[in-house]
Amino acid sequence: MTFLQAAFYFFSAVMVFAATMVVTMRNPVSSALFLVLAFFSAACVWLTLEAEFLAIVLVLVYVGAVMVLFLFVVMMLDINLARLRAGFTDYLPIGGLVALLMVAELVFILSGDSFSAANLPRPEAHGMDYSNTQQLGAVLYTVYVYPFEIAALVLLVAIIAAIALTLRKRPDTKYQKPAEQVSVRREDRVRLVKMPAERGPAEDRSS
Amino acid sequence: MIPLSNYLVLGAVMFSLSVIGIFLNRKNLVILLMSIELMLLAVNINFIAFSHYLQDMTGQVFVFFVLTVAAAESAIGLAILIVLFRNKHSINVEDVDGLKG
Repeated sequence: MTFLQAAFYFFSAVMVFAATMVVTMRNPVSSALFLVLAFFSAACVWLTLEAEFLAIVLVLVYVGAVMVLFLFVVMMLDINLARLRAGFTDYLPIGGLVALLMVAELVFILSGDSFSAANLPRPEAHGMDYSNTQQLGAVLYTVYVYPFEIAALVLLVAIIAAIALTLRKRPDTKYQKPAEQVSVRREDRVRLVKMPAERGPAEDRSS
Repeated sequence: MIPLSNYLVLGAVMFSLSVIGIFLNRKNLVILLMSIELMLLAVNINFIAFSHYLQDMTGQVFVFFVLTVAAAESAIGLAILIVLFRNKHSINVEDVDGLKG
């Protein structure tokens, strides 16, 4: 067994173990940490497929941002675990059976002739001057530049939506609203009252 | 050498694990969101395996966009979860019954 095969089997085993722990752990924080392990193992499996840029992006973006966000949320929530775990063992036989059938069907089809080593051989590994990042950039900014811009818009919408959903205004702080200040009219702020002139103190003593 | 079917079987097993995660944790919203992330990871493994064996960069470009959209969807899903928790103080799916007739 070559080093590549040993690495692939090791990282796949760790990934499958971590995924099993994600769905069966009682504590959501443990589930989130096992999901982090699953993503790290997936990045290593992608390295065996010469997708170095996406492996690093997975660790930086997915683990470093999305999973950290998950951990923030899970640690902020005060969760009553007893009610949430109810029904876990009720659906385990049927769920396990359905999942096993799915795996059996998929493995039966995928281990066929079409994807075997004879019909679709593994290409030669590239030399030392191959840059996966350069190859990805060469096609991303030319052929797929329009989806790239749309992906940027999707992220912008996600930022605005997440902030707009969770923004809270504290009721006791005072802050200015420049739009209201600018749209004020003179009639709302100033009221002229017609009053007769007051008599001075000298006139009072003489009368 | 490693045939392509090994990578595809790995993707299939991860997908089934996430599906069984949805079956078992039907009440826990956070674990449901994590199972969706596992599903996306399984699909990404498939894309990159095919991209390598067919020597076509299209698969990796698609994974790039799947990662982008998955990050956006996780952020918004967790924001909704936080606001739901603020109002209901629970992440149980059974407590989200405001529109129940």
